[in-house]
Amino acid sequence: MQNETLIAGFGGQGVLFTGKIMAHAAMAENLQVTWFPSYGPEMRGGTANCTVVISDEEIGSPQVRQPHAVIAMNLPSLDKYENQVAPGGYLVINTSMVNRKAKRSDIHVLEVPGTELAEELGDKRLANSILLGALLAEAKFLKVGSVEKALEESLHGNKKTMVEINKKAMQKGADYIKGK
Amino acid sequence: MAKELWKGNEAFAEAAIRAGLQAYFGYPITPQTEALEYMSARMPELGRVFLQAESELGAINMVYGAAATGVRTMTSTSSPGTSLMMEGLSYIAATELPMVLVDVVRGGPGLGTISPSQGDYNQMVHGGGHGDYYPIVMAPAGVQETVDMVYGMFDIAEKYRSIGVVMLDGSIGQMIEPAEMPPMLEVRKDIPEWAVRGGAGKDKRILTSINLDPAEMEKMNLRLLKRWKEVEKNEVRFAEYYMDDAKIAIIGNGTAGRIALSAVRTARAAGIPVGLLRPISLRPFPVQAVQEVAAQLDNILVVEMNAGMMLEDILKIVQGKTSVEFYGRIGGVMPYPEEILAEIQRIAANPAPIKGHPRDLWMERIEPVINQ
Repeated sequence: MQNETLIAGFGGQGVLFTGKIMAHAAMAENLQVTWFPSYGPEMRGGTANCTVVISDEEIGSPQVRQPHAVIAMNLPSLDKYENQVAPGGYLVINTSMVNRKAKRSDIHVLEVPGTELAEELGDKRLANSILLGALLAEAKFLKVGSVEKALEESLHGNKKTMVEINKKAMQKGADYIKGK
Repeated sequence: MAKELWKGNEAFAEAAIRAGLQAYFGYPITPQTEALEYMSARMPELGRVFLQAESELGAINMVYGAAATGVRTMTSTSSPGTSLMMEGLSYIAATELPMVLVDVVRGGPGLGTISPSQGDYNQMVHGGGHGDYYPIVMAPAGVQETVDMVYGMFDIAEKYRSIGVVMLDGSIGQMIEPAEMPPMLEVRKDIPEWAVRGGAGKDKRILTSINLDPAEMEKMNLRLLKRWKEVEKNEVRFAEYYMDDAKIAIIGNGTAGRIALSAVRTARAAGIPVGLLRPISLRPFPVQAVQEVAAQLDNILVVEMNAGMMLEDILKIVQGKTSVEFYGRIGGVMPYPEEILAEIQRIAANPAPIKGHPRDLWMERIEPVINQ
């Protein structure tokens, strides 16, 4: 069983962080995991992405052409990665930052106004966790408990105050998708 | 120790520290810089030497000096920086000093790109700097393997008084994987008998790379060669996957090897009997393992992130005993598993020996892909 997620957005949207949280959670579930970032010139254009591969056996390629899931935090990411989602896979769209519908009909499209929902929680930087919460509520390849544990173990020092609000954001994303 | 998430570059820095690294010298260059940053925090914290040199030339010559005093020392850099270090490496080899170099390889030639590549294969595997010597060169495929390799490389370098190189594709330096750190070793207190530490009244010791008498230099070269034979006997490493009943073998190292593993699994699921041989030591090369593959299997596909540098070594070993084909991506591009899978399917459909040089045939296939 292997599962790949590509997370893409502007720098500052927490794209790399969300990937690291997923990697941490996968490790907590005793799964193999790789976190692979775009680095260098791509990032200087203002967009960032990372690919998280989770598997129950030794992982081969850390980079995949057709990821099982894509989280698109903004329009350039949607434009670039919509076509790459594996058939039957998941495309999570931050509709707050996007002015069009998905074109694919052979995948699960999860439309979530991540930035707006995050603002309801008082911090628009939580959009990443809202979208991750929505994805995991539907695709269920990581347990919510493992992700919560990952947040607790990753956010320390003066970031510790962000643990609970990130958990809430994940729950909000999950509730939004379930309520649709 | 439990597993933790480590970025490749930081992981090898911590592994070196735990192996008792006493002095690190370096100069920042992407995609290696996190290692230098990590060292700049950790080494002073432990009361050890960290020094950012004025250039890679400075760094390697500082390593040369530190190694002459018998301490555990290393540097890390990326391809253009490695080129700058070649003179120093040759001097260190001639002076018979142990050191570790981690080369986090990026696409070239020139300043090139900062994306992952295996374009330093020839530069490291076929010599290092000028003169008759070989560095010991190993290529890990993941973060845990990198940790274990760097940790163990100091012992190997000291055993043979040689340069130990860990050649890391840029991708491995940048990626995060779970890894378990080895135990922290104490910094070595004993000083090797050959080290120069100063001290009046002691017997004179000279460490130098110059010997103007060719007869003496010839003896020294022979000594290096004999030592190298020991390296060849003891330090060959490789990994095999699904090779037991394979008819087609992929040979790929590092990142290319692990990407090929994904393709091999998909091909296996479709009933194609393909396996993977992943050389871990590139110098010494797993010659016997490749010879056995050549004697038993119908087809070999060499996969690299360069234009076929390891391919030439494999052709030399195989000597026409089986059909060898090649697939590579160049200039800092990583292949996707699907590309390698397509090659496997093509070979499985037509396993007849190829006519011509595998690089020429690959060029015909890859040009439209590159120009897409």
